[in-house]
Amino acid sequence: MHNYTIAELVKGLQSKKFSSVELTQHFLSRINRFNGQYNAVITVTADQALQAAYLADQRLAFGSAPALCGVPLLHKDIFCTKGVRTSCGSKMLDNFIPPYNATVVENFEQAGVVMLGKTNMDEFAMGSSNETSFYGPVKNPWATDCVPGGSSGGSAAAVAARLAPGATATDTGGSIRQPAALCGISGLKPTYGRVSRWGMVAFASSLDQAGPMARTAEDCALLLNCMASFDDKDSTCVDLEIPDYSASLNKPVKGLRIGVPKEYFSEGLHPGTEEAVRKALADLEAQGAELVEISLPNSNLSVPAYYVIAPAEASANLSRFDGVKYGYRCENPKDLQDMYCRTRSEGFGEEVQRRILIGTYCLSAGYYDAYYGKAQQVRQLIEQDFVQAFAKVDLIVGPTCPSPAFKFGSKGDDPVAMYLEDIYTIATNLAGLPGMSVPCGMVEGKPVGLQIIGNYFDEARMLNVAHQFQQVTDWHRLMPEGIS
Amino acid sequence: MIIERHEIEKLATLSRLSIDEKTITDVTERLSSVLDLVAQLQSADTVSAQGIFRPFQVAQRLRADEVTEGNHRDEFQAIAPATDNGLFIVPKMID
Amino acid sequence: MNWETVIGLEVHVQLATKTKIFSAASTSFGAEPNTQACAIDLAMPGTLPALNEQAVHYAIMFGLAINAEIGKISIFERKNYFYPDLPKGYQTTQLEKPIVGRGEVAIQLADGSTKSIRIHHAHLEEDAGKSIHEGDLPHGSSGVDLNRAGTPLIEIVSEPDMRNIEEAVAFAKKLHSIVTSIGICDGKMSQGSMRFDVNVSVRPMGSTTLGTRTETKNLNSYKFMEEAIEKEVERQIDLIEDGGTVKQETRLYNGETKVSKAMRSKEEANDYRYFPCPDLLPVIVSDDTIEKLRRALPELPDARQARFVEQYALSKYDAGILSSDANTANFFESVAANASHPKMAANWTMGELSAALNHADLSITESPVSAELLAGMILRIADNSISGKMAKQVFEAMWQGEGNADEIIEAKGLKQVSDNAALEKMVSDVLEVNPAMVEDFIASDENKRKKKLGGFMGQIMKASRGQANPQQVNQILLQKLNELL
Repeated sequence: MHNYTIAELVKGLQSKKFSSVELTQHFLSRINRFNGQYNAVITVTADQALQAAYLADQRLAFGSAPALCGVPLLHKDIFCTKGVRTSCGSKMLDNFIPPYNATVVENFEQAGVVMLGKTNMDEFAMGSSNETSFYGPVKNPWATDCVPGGSSGGSAAAVAARLAPGATATDTGGSIRQPAALCGISGLKPTYGRVSRWGMVAFASSLDQAGPMARTAEDCALLLNCMASFDDKDSTCVDLEIPDYSASLNKPVKGLRIGVPKEYFSEGLHPGTEEAVRKALADLEAQGAELVEISLPNSNLSVPAYYVIAPAEASANLSRFDGVKYGYRCENPKDLQDMYCRTRSEGFGEEVQRRILIGTYCLSAGYYDAYYGKAQQVRQLIEQDFVQAFAKVDLIVGPTCPSPAFKFGSKGDDPVAMYLEDIYTIATNLAGLPGMSVPCGMVEGKPVGLQIIGNYFDEARMLNVAHQFQQVTDWHRLMPEGIS
Repeated sequence: MIIERHEIEKLATLSRLSIDEKTITDVTERLSSVLDLVAQLQSADTVSAQGIFRPFQVAQRLRADEVTEGNHRDEFQAIAPATDNGLFIVPKMID
Repeated sequence: MNWETVIGLEVHVQLATKTKIFSAASTSFGAEPNTQACAIDLAMPGTLPALNEQAVHYAIMFGLAINAEIGKISIFERKNYFYPDLPKGYQTTQLEKPIVGRGEVAIQLADGSTKSIRIHHAHLEEDAGKSIHEGDLPHGSSGVDLNRAGTPLIEIVSEPDMRNIEEAVAFAKKLHSIVTSIGICDGKMSQGSMRFDVNVSVRPMGSTTLGTRTETKNLNSYKFMEEAIEKEVERQIDLIEDGGTVKQETRLYNGETKVSKAMRSKEEANDYRYFPCPDLLPVIVSDDTIEKLRRALPELPDARQARFVEQYALSKYDAGILSSDANTANFFESVAANASHPKMAANWTMGELSAALNHADLSITESPVSAELLAGMILRIADNSISGKMAKQVFEAMWQGEGNADEIIEAKGLKQVSDNAALEKMVSDVLEVNPAMVEDFIASDENKRKKKLGGFMGQIMKASRGQANPQQVNQILLQKLNELL
């Protein structure tokens, strides 16, 4: 059952081939059996899941259940789940049980989707390797000595290891696409504002966006149909009609103009990754797409701009974790300042503290213009690059990340080396554009991701192309060893 | 780019973080390398781009002034580190 | 040396919205601690602000009331600092692009002159919660009540245009009058609805450069504001005359101990790291909205004062007092309309009623004596049914809830005796039983006679148990005594 895609599960549930309870039991037992190897899931909500599955089966029996009713799913532990610990991968929230649901969680709950549990992640989504989690690193199912990527590494590894057919994730600088690429699955970061951020623990508010992870583009479309909603509670959530993302999957690719940014094939790109991506581009060309070389001249500035804006916003977003209202508080504070400083230094990990310090620096008096102000201007240059590109092409396609999954600890000493992992994904967050990653090859036994960047709110076209690509390739069908 | 030790100390104070003596040199080094990275921004020609970037120039939505939130004190304070008589309790604030 | 004082004010005005600026929790005063603080107010992870339309409209109305430029695009920023009553660790406020730009407010001074005080800008922001340091708390602890957290405020920032305490107080009172008149603030100072930060500096008389200023924060009454300014001016002058220099600092004034002191420099060393709040988009105000609000703006205090002078023939001074508070002005107009004796309506509203309200610590909207009741009583004074002195008794009874004026007059038998024959008899009786007084009166010179008249009046009023119409008695008495001369 775990090899079925979500689309297949939906059919199976609706035709009563299997029940949601059976499905849920199956995935719960897989989590039970395999999670020890990967550490992808940090909270399992078995009782709740079975109860939800039972209710879903009743709705299915009644006949008018929503599409995803009865499908089991994992949520990244960044989404608040009522009554279920939401840690955000941090000691700071190790004891935090939210009294409310994130809108994303609520949408799935309404649709009868069964939550199996919560997935591991880099602490407060700050990381590209899942090594910063308070709950220990997630292991890549393709090579357990390698990272799964981050920050949504738990969701990606869980989907790759068939612990769930799909999972929710979030992407601030590549946190959906890079782990999807490294774990050989499909993942989509929608346009900023497409999915509500309510109840999603904030890292960098102007960049954060939630999206789905699954094995196929078709499944991502099904999940996005449920995730995307207009939400008054999030002022940055856009009130625009939401198309049926499944409806246009089968449109032919023929005639589509695909931009290939030359800056994404420069030094630093692993030759094996480049080869796989070039081959994928050739596949698309063979399907009738027209490849157009384009330039995104300010690409090199995206990493530095990101590492000003994201930490700056994070430094303020994380000030609420002060030991007063919820979460961790240090033992026996000797006074108020001691409570603040020890709570935060004991509750936050090293990388989170580093980013708070950087953000504080970039916003402090005398540095604001040179850093934050400048980064915001660069952000506009990056957006202008894309606007000009999309005047000529329908989509932009390139590598998701520079190289396949790397070994644990191999970038541990140098934060900058780690930050460069997101070199191809960050620009879309800065511009607010949608991006996705689909598997397109294998290098050294590890998956390679193909990144598809779309114009604003053009997720349907991205999913269409990704789906068509998956009709002629089977990288998305490969399975890591030792999980069946 | 060199970031001075006293600057790190000031940032830590502003951020309410206590960085212990042992790691302060290490943090100084790592922060400096990150700041070297972001220093590349200075070379950008940004005359054509001013102000704050926002993905969509739409206006802030406004909410009707109606009370829809009730009293959830017990629920909220059940997950608070320290409360007493309905108050959140913190070490004495001195003015 | 002669010194000139320079004062600027920052005034925090709580807006009279039903809900918080960014959440749908109630703002009503006096609830049990933390019962009006929702997940947004507590800065729970993942919660986001949703801006209250009424708060935006109230801010615009203030801008229109002071003839200010309205910020068509205004931006919320985060002001970062840690304090237990600031749940997010930043205050959402406005800095670069406030909703209200430059404007001005005219103040009237005791000598009858007026002066214009420039407003630099006014911006929208959220209030913090309340820290509690006294009472039944665990040892060595403070408590935090977040009911107030997120209450919408406008902070009105003046230019340093005031030169003495009188001007500062007049300005503060004028702002109070404006915000209550247009209904954007309940004006209840005792509940913190209006709070003042005073910037004070001194300079040699004639100098055109500003001295170093200090800011005394969070004064919640005119009285404390006066005292704080007075103390601070004195302190600065003493300091400079002793060869010292004034340090730019933030100070706190304790109204109980009458002592001000500088806040610790550690807190002073804050770097607020303002930046635009990414959770909120620019607030865009259309010309349509502005025009709609302008048309709906209630009459402003200055216009109302002028109208009272014109329409009710009140003195400018009386009209000024009545129009300074919208509720008082409304009350007065209602009394005047029902009693058709505006002068008496004004006197009773500003006199007896106002004193009784002060004494009972009630606002005029909570007055046990309604405008209709007061008007009913004034009608009885006007038609000579009761004397002014009786009216005070009637008022007291109405205050106690004993009914309307007619009922009370009836029940207490207070009806004034105005029957001439009856009154003549009363006067004759008193003269008859007091021959010595009459002798004495006749023997006195013109001046002393006037004083002695009071003695007779007292006797007669006493004999009538206060019900004799004093004007008539006076007349009859004079006539009878004159006949004896």
